[in-house]
This record gives sequence, C-alpha cells and structure tokens, in this order.
Amino acid sequence: MIQQLIFYPLIVQMLLAIVLMFVWSRIGWQRVISIVGSVLNLGVAVWLFISVWQNGTQAVQAGNWEAPFGITFVADTFAATLVLLTAIAGLAVSSFSAGSVISPRLKFGFFPIFHFLLLGLNGAFLTGDIFNLYVWFEIIIITSFVLLTIGGEKAQLEGAVKYFTLNVLASIVFLTAIAVLYGLTGSLNMADLASKVAAVENRTLVQVNALLFLVGFGIKSALFPLYFWLPASYHTPPSAVSAIFGGLLTKVGVYALIRVFTLIFEVDPFLENVLLAIAVLTLFSGAVGAIVQNNIRKIFSYLVICHIGYMIAGLGMMTEAAIAGAIFYIIHDIMVKTNLFMVSGVIYKIKANHNIKKLGDFYADHPKLSLLFAIPLFSLVGIPPLSGFWPKLSLISEGWNTENFAVIAAILFASFITLFVIVKLWGEVFWKTGAKLPEVRNFPYFNKLSKFRKTQMLAPIIFLAFVTLYLGFGAGNIQSLAERIAFELMDNQEYINTVLRK
Amino acid sequence: MKTLILRTASNYMLPLLLVFSVFILLRGHYLPGGGFVGGLIASIAFVLHAFANGLGDTRKLLKFHPGFLMPAGLSVAFLSGISPIIFTGEPLMTGIWYPDSLPIVGNLGSALFFDIGVYLVVLGVTLTIIFSISESA
Repeated sequence: MIQQLIFYPLIVQMLLAIVLMFVWSRIGWQRVISIVGSVLNLGVAVWLFISVWQNGTQAVQAGNWEAPFGITFVADTFAATLVLLTAIAGLAVSSFSAGSVISPRLKFGFFPIFHFLLLGLNGAFLTGDIFNLYVWFEIIIITSFVLLTIGGEKAQLEGAVKYFTLNVLASIVFLTAIAVLYGLTGSLNMADLASKVAAVENRTLVQVNALLFLVGFGIKSALFPLYFWLPASYHTPPSAVSAIFGGLLTKVGVYALIRVFTLIFEVDPFLENVLLAIAVLTLFSGAVGAIVQNNIRKIFSYLVICHIGYMIAGLGMMTEAAIAGAIFYIIHDIMVKTNLFMVSGVIYKIKANHNIKKLGDFYADHPKLSLLFAIPLFSLVGIPPLSGFWPKLSLISEGWNTENFAVIAAILFASFITLFVIVKLWGEVFWKTGAKLPEVRNFPYFNKLSKFRKTQMLAPIIFLAFVTLYLGFGAGNIQSLAERIAFELMDNQEYINTVLRK
Repeated sequence: MKTLILRTASNYMLPLLLVFSVFILLRGHYLPGGGFVGGLIASIAFVLHAFANGLGDTRKLLKFHPGFLMPAGLSVAFLSGISPIIFTGEPLMTGIWYPDSLPIVGNLGSALFFDIGVYLVVLGVTLTIIFSISESA
C-alpha cells in the first residue's frame, strides 16, 4: 500500500469531494468536513514530500499497465513540493472560505467543487502522461468556472465568460499540440517522449509543436500577450476563490511549461530568446498594469501576471541556477499571492469597499491586523530578509552570468514597480485618513461576525504569514530544495529511468 | 402532451427502457455500450415518463432526488478504483477479476463496478438538469 503513496493526495481529495456531495445542503457539516479533510490532505502531502525527499523520484503505473502504454503517475521533488504547497494553500483557503463565504453561495456546492479543483491541481502536478495532464487541466477549468460563477452576479458572469473562452481556447491549442506530438512520436508518456522527440528528424515540426505548447500553456499561465482573461475575472468572485486562483491556477501553467521544456523539448537558442522576450514583456506590462489600478484585487491580479515573468525568465535562461531561482519564486509566490487575496478579502469585509482611493484609516483602526497584513505585502516586494528577495537575487545574478541584461533590467523594473505599488497601497489603505464610507445595508461586516468566523478568517492569514516568514528566514533550506529540483529537471535521467524502469 | 396514447405507452416503455439500459451497460465491456450510454438511455425512460404523466408523478416514482445519484455513483466508481489498493496491493484502477464466468453478466470485475458508477452519475446528472429546466419553464 505504501508504493501507492503517490495516489493518496488524489484519493483524499476525491473522497472529500464525494463525502461533501452527500451532505450537499448541510453547510455546517461541509465547513467541518472540508477543514478536517484539508488537514488530513496536508498530512498526506507532507508524507509524500518526505518520502520523495528521502528516496528520490517515485512512479506508479495506474491500472498496472506498464509504461509507456499505461498512465504513469510520477512524484519527483518538483511535483511533491507543489503538491505540498497546494495542500498548504488548500487548507488555508478552506478555512478562509468557511469563515468568509456567505451561506447562500456555499449552498450551491462550493466546498465539493473546491475539492474537485484541488483534485485537479494535484493530478496535474503528479501525472507523467501528457494527455492525462490535459484531462486534469479540463477538471481545473470546469471547476474553476463553477467557482467563478457561484453567486451569479453580473460582473461575475462577465468575467467568467472571458475566463472560460480564453482558457478553452488554450485547451484546444494544447490538445492540438498533443495530437501533433502523438503523430510525430506515437507516444504520450512524458518520459518516453523525452527520447522519442529527440530522435524525430523533422526538426521544424518539433519546433512548431514546442511553440504550440508554449501558446497553450502561455494562455493558462497568463503570459504576455495572452493574459487579458486574468484581470478581467479574478476580482469578481469571493476573495476565497480569488485566493486559490491567484495562488495556484497560473502556477499550474508555469509548472507545465517548465516540465515540458525541461523534459520533452530541448530548448534551442530561438526558443530561449522567445521565452526571455515574453518574460521581459510580461514583467513590464504586468507592472505597468498594476500602477494604474485602484481596485485592490485588480492590483493583485496584475501583480500575479507581472510575477509570472520572473518564473519564465528563470526558465528562459535555462541554466540550473536560473531554474532554481524560478522554482524558489514559484514556492514564494504561491504562498504570498494566496495570502494577499485573503488579506484583500478581510479588508473588504471590514470596509465593504475595494477601491484604494476610498479606503483609509486601516492602521488607526486595526493596528494589529495591519502589522499582520504587512508581512505578505512586503514579502511580495522582496525587502530582505523576506521571502521575495532571495529568488530575485539568484535570478539577477544568473542574468548577469548569462549576460541577459534586458532581463536584469526588466526584473529590477518590475521589482521597483511592485515596491511602488505596494507602498502606494499601504499609504492609501492603511495610513491615509479616509472619508467615512457609507454603511452598506445587509452587508456581513467583519465585526458583526461571530468570534469563531473571525478566527476562521484570520487563522489562515497568520498561518501563511508564518510560512512566508519561514521562506524568508529559512531561505537556505528552500534554496537547497530549489537547487535539488533544478538539478533533477536539468538532468532528467532519473525521472526517465524511474518511469520506464530501466 | 398528456395524451392517452403516450401515457399508456410510457407505462410499458419505462421498464422496457430500463432493462435495455442495463443490457447496454453489461454489453459495454467488449462491445459498443457501457455506463455512459446506459445511463443516458435510463434517463430517457424517466424523461419520457415525465412527459407523459407530469414531473410530479415521476418524482413520486423515483422517491428520492436524482441529484443523490451523483455522489452515489461517484462512490461506486471510486471504490472500484481504490479496491486494488485495498485488496491486492496493486496500483489504483487495476482490474480485479472474479475467476469464473457468470451467466448473463459474463466476466465479473472491478471494471463493471466502475461502469455502474458512471451509469448512476450520468443518470443523476441528466435527470437533475432536465428536471430543473422543466421546473423553471
């Protein structure tokens, strides 16, 4: 039974979703089951991570069909780390949703769908089969579409239509790319593809195919110029939903990009330049977009886009140290972005407003909360020794080594603009003396909630803030983890041998 | 649509279609058919009944909310998926087969239970959708 440890994160989420469907209309039970189940899932993810850390890459063949014919599930350090991060973010958001999402919305099956989404995320990280990856992406899209539209407000539907259209387009491109790849090689197993793609004689078609994958995953991970669905949709659903979206959904796209371009395709100088150019433009346009916004969640949405650029820059440089920087950034970004959207949710619950021009007085009214919120905000900027600083440092030094000065300039520019935006947000929301906001009728204000609900909302923020602080102060450990992941990605022989049992 | 002919016919069609859907479900392992098609045919049986006799009668006939079939079917499929982990220690979704062939059903294995799960989910989803659409219309 221990050999099937890789399946356990999937089994736990599936089981949770099914149990939650049985108690469809009992909201109280759903809250308890979701949180307890997420704790259990965190335990399983930690177990998987420790096992992979000690024993190296593991693989299991679903249905016991030998690779490359069956569907393989692989847990290397990268996948295990992301499953662990998903479990941490999932636990935080589960508790936050239990506290913050109003019960009429929860009655439409919020929690079952939420756990199906986490199932899709875990599956996408753990699968070793490119078509199976597509299937997990579909699960992610469908569940996230439902989560976006629960509540049925006009803005939500508008955002959801944009979100769904562009993401389905991405899926079609991705599926086309898989079809071409299968036509070229006759295999769908990623480890098997690694050697077969290298042997294909028609290099032009392979390059075009690689670009198709880049476009498909690029839309999903909100790269320039394909990111427009993201700021159009992320500010519309409840903050709990934005938190899980902002933290994890785009990162699945980045994960897929890194996986495909380190394992299946060899990145040639042309592709490297394309990736670097996209990274620079993403950093630039996301940062500029964030400056002009006034809605807190729109600011964070643009920062999500902007910071995807760091990860792609690391991938584009294609050296081990650069990829380690990108991995560190992913780890940091998932924790911080999830937390920031939850912070915006608490601010909204207190003030009933999202506009930074109208908000104010937060520090005077809630000094302790403000200090708590400062941790994720300034970690995002990367003020040393907080967590955002270290990955940027390695990316910049690696940019210097590989003489990609435009990338360094873009990274510095984006960091500077992030700093500017966060300081502006801090000044407007926390320090400024704001006008008195009109009381919104029937709004579930924070101080009207029971103490238990308040704890459910604040505990995950404190939890993730501590994780972020650990990422910053324990940066040595995270750096060695990122370096190990980067080593495994660049030297993929262990992955291939584990899957194909050579 | 409450004509005498349709109403009389639907009384005979309901069991007939249900039996046919089970036939399609069992046929599905080696031949065209399976849980998905079987579930659709079974839902047609109930939809036809609802057309002829009204939604209220069909709900009474079903006795429970069709949405309940979704988690029920999912758990059947889920249990069949994890049964190899529990019983034989083989990976998820490995087929476990009963050694002897049975009459009518043929070879019995965990794949059949997976298909039964799909059957129930499809039936539940289709009926929930159609019932809620015809209720709001």
